[in-house]
Amino acid sequence: MDPKIQTKELGFYYGKVQALRKVTLDVKEHQITALIGPSGCGKSTFLRTLNRMNDIIPNTHLEGEVLLDGLNIYEPEIDVVEVRKRVGMVFQQPNPFPKSIFENVIFGPRMLGLNHLTSLDEVVERSLKAAALWDEVKDNLGKSGLALSGGQQQRLCLARVLAVEPEVILMDEPCSALDPLATLKIEELMQELKQSYTIVIVTHNMQQAARVSDWTGFFLLGELVEYNKTSEIFSRPKDKRTEDYITGRFG
Amino acid sequence: MSRYFVDRVSRRVVYIFGVVAFLILVFIAIFILKESLPALKELGIVNILFGAKWYPSKDTFGILTMLAGSVVTTLLALAIAMPLALGCAIFLAEVAPPHIRNIVRPAVELLVGIPSVVYGLVGMLILCPVIARLSGTGSGSSVLAAAVVLAIMVLPTITSISEDSLRAVPARYKEGAFALGATHWQTIHHVLLPAARRGITAAVILGTGKAIGETMAMVMVIGNSPIFPASIFRPARTLTGNIAVEMASATGIHESALFTTGLVLFILVLLINSIGLLAYRRRA
Repeated sequence: MDPKIQTKELGFYYGKVQALRKVTLDVKEHQITALIGPSGCGKSTFLRTLNRMNDIIPNTHLEGEVLLDGLNIYEPEIDVVEVRKRVGMVFQQPNPFPKSIFENVIFGPRMLGLNHLTSLDEVVERSLKAAALWDEVKDNLGKSGLALSGGQQQRLCLARVLAVEPEVILMDEPCSALDPLATLKIEELMQELKQSYTIVIVTHNMQQAARVSDWTGFFLLGELVEYNKTSEIFSRPKDKRTEDYITGRFG
Repeated sequence: MSRYFVDRVSRRVVYIFGVVAFLILVFIAIFILKESLPALKELGIVNILFGAKWYPSKDTFGILTMLAGSVVTTLLALAIAMPLALGCAIFLAEVAPPHIRNIVRPAVELLVGIPSVVYGLVGMLILCPVIARLSGTGSGSSVLAAAVVLAIMVLPTITSISEDSLRAVPARYKEGAFALGATHWQTIHHVLLPAARRGITAAVILGTGKAIGETMAMVMVIGNSPIFPASIFRPARTLTGNIAVEMASATGIHESALFTTGLVLFILVLLINSIGLLAYRRRA
């Protein structure tokens, strides 16, 4: 099967500082790919190149290619809004808008002008159900998204992404601000979501990578040191640096 | 020992300065109230507040027309200034590249430093003749001239506080919106502006307080006739102008009535600024 996303010799610079060096990686469809590595290794930067979120940061540039279904998303004729619709993102800090739960979920479809496709209520219900939040909030859709607990906020952010029906979901340390129970809930959810979506997750937590992912990439100093099936990486790492990292010798 | 002594003394001294600043406000309030009392007693507060006729020669002192003059010019000024200021704030906070912002923002803030009389002069010499030609009658001294001058004067206040509020919106809201496929303008419209709403409201209210209290520039361009502001091309008079124009020649009950005008102004500005500060502090 063709990879959903392919990066080729991807380099990224903040000003003159190189944050990514020739990263070549295939993200398989309907799989969970975890990116691990110590702080500042470039894994978050890499993740953000996949939906062009780094475009917002001034004074940066990119070399190499990011192919989504074989098409380079950095080609000039590509519509960045279309890219972000197809490749959604959940951030480290839950960031619901200071609006109602309903308005949060419907935000994406509204912005994309999709409100005519189906009734808004249906979209909200479907998205909240898919994010396993529906039962907790169905009677309070008018409540502010900020009034929810951290774990609920993160699931709301996930529902918000699902509402635009993306193909890929990027998660940037989605559980780092959550307690263990809320983390477990998100992890269970990921297993369900991978039936319909392709997921790429950046995580600080190696156990999480081992638990949830099918593929794992280990980043160090902007380089992709090793990329393989998660079971391989954690049982038979090929690179000495990977082995040192996963056995807790640094990082 | 001496270090603690200096410490203790300086603390006392600044404490006294703080109290003095507050006492000055109290003292002014008491003074204005005291000077207003003769007029309030003789004419009654209702006749002063709701009387539409101001004839000092007949001892008739109703400030309603001036109250209307102040309110109408201020509202009109806000209607002109708001879109400009908000546009400018969005430009500075979201659109302008840093080097442009570093020129435009200080320039906008410098507008605050220009003395009011200079605005009045520019209004008299440039704006009034244009308005006279447009309306076809009179000298151009009018509610419209006053409102335009006021709008320019409150522009920097509203712009800079609104810009600060837009910048204070957490970056993660913006990222969230972009990641959901919103364009930059959609993000500004649907996320940043609503999130900065309180700060912008506060900016407008503080601008209103400034506008109501403005005197010199108003006296120079509004014509100062104590008549109801029925047309924007006709002259009117503001509460501030009422005091400035007549104080030098007033005595007795007339003088006291002018102090009453000041009292009304004082309370009005105090109220507006308190609401503004409250909104500013409570902004999300």
